[in-house]
Amino acid sequence: MINSNKMTSGNKIMNSSKVKNLNCKKCSCGLCCTKIKDFGVTIGKTEILKDVNLHIHCGDLTAIIGANGAGKSTLLKALLGGIQHSGHITFASGNKKNINNPKMGYVPQKLDFDNSSPVSVIDMFAATSSSKPIWFSISKDVRQKALESLSLVQGEQLIDKRLGVLSGGELQRVLLALALQPIPDILLLDEPVSGIDQNGLKLFYKTVSNLRKEYDLSIILVSHDLYLVSKYADRIAFINNKTIESCGTAEEVFSNEKVIDVFGVDWNKVLVDNNDREDY
Amino acid sequence: MSFWYNIVDLFLPFDWAHYTFMKNALLGVLLVTPMFGLLGTMVVNNKMAFFADALGHSALTGIAIGVILGVKNPIWSMLAFSLLLAVVITKVKNVNTSSTDTIIGVFSSTAVALGVVMLSFGGGFTKYSVYLIGDLLSISQIDLIILPIIFIIVVIIWVATFNKLLLVSVNPLLARSRGVNVDFYENLFTITVAVIVTISIQWVGVLIISSMLVLPAAAARNISSNMRQYHVYSIAIALISGVVGLILSYFLGSAAGATMVLISSLFFGATFFMKVKIYS
Repeated sequence: MINSNKMTSGNKIMNSSKVKNLNCKKCSCGLCCTKIKDFGVTIGKTEILKDVNLHIHCGDLTAIIGANGAGKSTLLKALLGGIQHSGHITFASGNKKNINNPKMGYVPQKLDFDNSSPVSVIDMFAATSSSKPIWFSISKDVRQKALESLSLVQGEQLIDKRLGVLSGGELQRVLLALALQPIPDILLLDEPVSGIDQNGLKLFYKTVSNLRKEYDLSIILVSHDLYLVSKYADRIAFINNKTIESCGTAEEVFSNEKVIDVFGVDWNKVLVDNNDREDY
Repeated sequence: MSFWYNIVDLFLPFDWAHYTFMKNALLGVLLVTPMFGLLGTMVVNNKMAFFADALGHSALTGIAIGVILGVKNPIWSMLAFSLLLAVVITKVKNVNTSSTDTIIGVFSSTAVALGVVMLSFGGGFTKYSVYLIGDLLSISQIDLIILPIIFIIVVIIWVATFNKLLLVSVNPLLARSRGVNVDFYENLFTITVAVIVTISIQWVGVLIISSMLVLPAAAARNISSNMRQYHVYSIAIALISGVVGLILSYFLGSAAGATMVLISSLFFGATFFMKVKIYS
């Protein structure tokens, strides 16, 4: 049930309004793109997702919204290859060459460890970027790279801390820095449901937003905060009834009847009210 | 072997070190406990304490199968059965029908019951009770030739795969986004633990084998803030508990394995209070 007309019109709007970034370090802007085609996920006999089609240009932040259990996190899992799926994902770089295995960066919603776990931030960086066993030693080179990556999220001071003592917002920023080393083709973010204060979330969104412009990243963000999504996302995809029912700009998606139905309010009105009150 | 005996005679001119069986046992402890220290770090990280316990208990069935088949040394039937159990538990766990500890509980008690029924058939269980407590002093020269080989293999596995094992334990999807074959590393680790546990059963005993694996790492966890410290403390605590426990058991006339576990639990108590002091 994809409204392809709406999707392309949404794209046009985005492309025309997008300012070309001359400092782009990876590829020429707007040329590389990620296509998700006829994506479907069936676990056991339950169909969770079907006919999902998404087209993402680099430099775009696409947010995925939907009710609890609509299949948002499942889509991310499938994109990462964590569960079997039908359909395929292609990534074309600037010169239109197809790369079958794009580099994925992933910021998980949560980590499976207890707070007493003796894993430090630098341990995580070393474990992902070096094959030298981290219980033996961590080279200065790895540490330097970790610091550079952490500086992108203003988290240099966290490098020797244990993951367990970080606040929700700090942990999320560390995971973001981790996903950015090396700079991926596609960045997948799964926003935590709880445990992060509003200011922490705002800082996170701002960081992501800046990174997108600087490195021309394609970002897919699973989110629960409609307000922040409307502020920072270029495009919003609404998942309902196992597929993307509406896709486009915040105005387009939030005025969709089904979206209003699921989230209970007409978010356009709420947002307009908010914009009147607060100056961002 | 005579090389080792000469070293002991030279550096440990004590009564207890005079006997050949003590020299053998000491070498055995020096080889086995560091492996437990190493593997324990990840067993605790992955919350696999109960799993290790189930593996230990399943050895009873392995012994019983060996006895029925008329195998002279039951180690092979034990190995085969515990490997089978390890793989089956992992498979059933991944199907995700009920919680992990329920599944392990089911398999563990079934294996124990099956083993006891088979061994006590005809009323002759007492001669197998040595497997419950274990006898470190029974360590033979052949064992001491096999042990260093296993020791080297475990260290190689640990050097080559630890970073990936850590990623998998922290977040499987994150590991996948880094191109780590999650299932392979999970199985490799489970199998390694199964092999080490099974081999050590005859010396340590079914009842306390999992404590040998869990306690040093759990104690180290209390006072470490990164993976390097975690490993150093865990191995040190395992080694010290092993050697002190062996010597103490000589003077007390107690079972060596149990004495070692008691020493490790003292370490756990001490580090626990250090942790309380640090965080209060």
